[in-house]
Amino acid sequence: MSYRIEELLITTLAPMLEGLEHVAVGAASPIPGAAALLARHRGGGRPRVSMLASRRHASFTDGARELFDCAAQGRIDAFFLGGGQIDGSANINLVGIDGYPASRVRFPGSFGSAFMYFVVPRVILFSLEHSRRVMVPRVDFVSAPGTSPSNVYRPGGPYALVTSRCVFRFDRDRGRFALASVHPGQTLEDIREQTGFDFDVPARIEQTPAPGAQDLVLIRGPVGKDISETYPDFARRVLELDAATA
Amino acid sequence: MTNLETLVEAIHDGASVALAPDYSGCAMAAVRALVRRGARDLRLIAVPQAGFQADMLIGAGCVGSVEAAAITLGEYGFAPRFTDAVKNGRITLRDSTCPAIHAGLQAAEKGVPFMPLRGILGSDLLTHRDDWKVIENPFSPDDAIVALPAIRPDVALFHAASADRHGNVWIGVRRELMLMAHAAHRTLVTVETVVDDDLLADEARAAGTIPALYVSAIAEVREGAWPIGLAGRYPADAAHLAEYARLARTAAGFERYLDEHVRGRASAA
Repeated sequence: MSYRIEELLITTLAPMLEGLEHVAVGAASPIPGAAALLARHRGGGRPRVSMLASRRHASFTDGARELFDCAAQGRIDAFFLGGGQIDGSANINLVGIDGYPASRVRFPGSFGSAFMYFVVPRVILFSLEHSRRVMVPRVDFVSAPGTSPSNVYRPGGPYALVTSRCVFRFDRDRGRFALASVHPGQTLEDIREQTGFDFDVPARIEQTPAPGAQDLVLIRGPVGKDISETYPDFARRVLELDAATA
Repeated sequence: MTNLETLVEAIHDGASVALAPDYSGCAMAAVRALVRRGARDLRLIAVPQAGFQADMLIGAGCVGSVEAAAITLGEYGFAPRFTDAVKNGRITLRDSTCPAIHAGLQAAEKGVPFMPLRGILGSDLLTHRDDWKVIENPFSPDDAIVALPAIRPDVALFHAASADRHGNVWIGVRRELMLMAHAAHRTLVTVETVVDDDLLADEARAAGTIPALYVSAIAEVREGAWPIGLAGRYPADAAHLAEYARLARTAAGFERYLDEHVRGRASAA
């Protein structure tokens, strides 16, 4: 069965969420959202999914702060973060490039990253763009650091970096990424060429499994319908599902 | 009850103004009234992020500083007037992170001078915020934690579905608006409708109601969140928001937008 890159990313992210109790998904995150819902579908209703922009998957009734208070207590097992820049130590930059405060390129801001990165055990970094523009040797501004000294309270941190080209796992002790799998059609040379930081490479390089036929049926069926409540445009454009029939 | 123009007169030039995010209760009509009045040097506090309200006020030259976890138009892209003002150093930035703004407001809500918060250590946010302090946990050795000063806005400004004649305001599940009202010196609210019964009389509604004791003034403004939506009432005007995002990319386009939709709408608010 042919598939789109978005579908490959959904089936790549979903297994990272299976077996967890509670996954939260921030704003403007249709692919992580769909992955969380796929994991929930496969898991027979587990994990619980709290999706910020959703009404159907809204777990919170105490205002915008509740997500963070909930995470601070350890009630959220996985969360997604992105970055205008990401470096090899898993530092992320959501603020801007080239100077601060008068940055040459300004991004919206750090959102909850400077907190969630510390308290959510499994933070998955996600980036659709995998180029030297994003994957840099050193971020210009640290919105949230990838690692902390041992005396800093930090039950959470980076778990993996999933891009349009590959999957990296993060080794918290070594503070480095290691290539975990390469998406179909990509090569190690391509990835090295497009990555501005150094990373570990295993002796045998795995390929990211293509989405199975069953997963594609789920994604284009019940999971797609579910995500279309929050991301109708994504469901229409990528999964070719019309919100009216969803 | 008051009218819109009188309501925004209570927001003095230089005031700190807490604003809700685009998914909550945006007082867009009041923002347009502030632009028409030519408000100056407002110190915006995004709770914890802001979108069209902030971008429009910044573009119109009403803003001196911004404290925010993010300023973005969300699915409509980066906030163009904010970005332009940052690049050209026209506003003072106080970059924050979502729970830090909530925690500062919670400190104000409790009447305590600061609130400790986990995380943040090692972030460049801390480097640029000389009002944030790293302290030792007094109950446990070798445990640094960030102390954030209370955020007590001069004004909380937002839009809600309804108010009653006693001045109680119904916000439903949007309890960040409750937090804003608890923390601010003055809370100014526009509402879709004024109802005749008492919102506190019925427990189901009372749970989602800001009591009048926190509310300074209310103006009834139909579609007061437009072109942002109001949950349960009307959706966002997507075509209009896209048009704003397109025009606001340039200073000239933004001026054209203001002429057409803000300055030209004086009577229609």
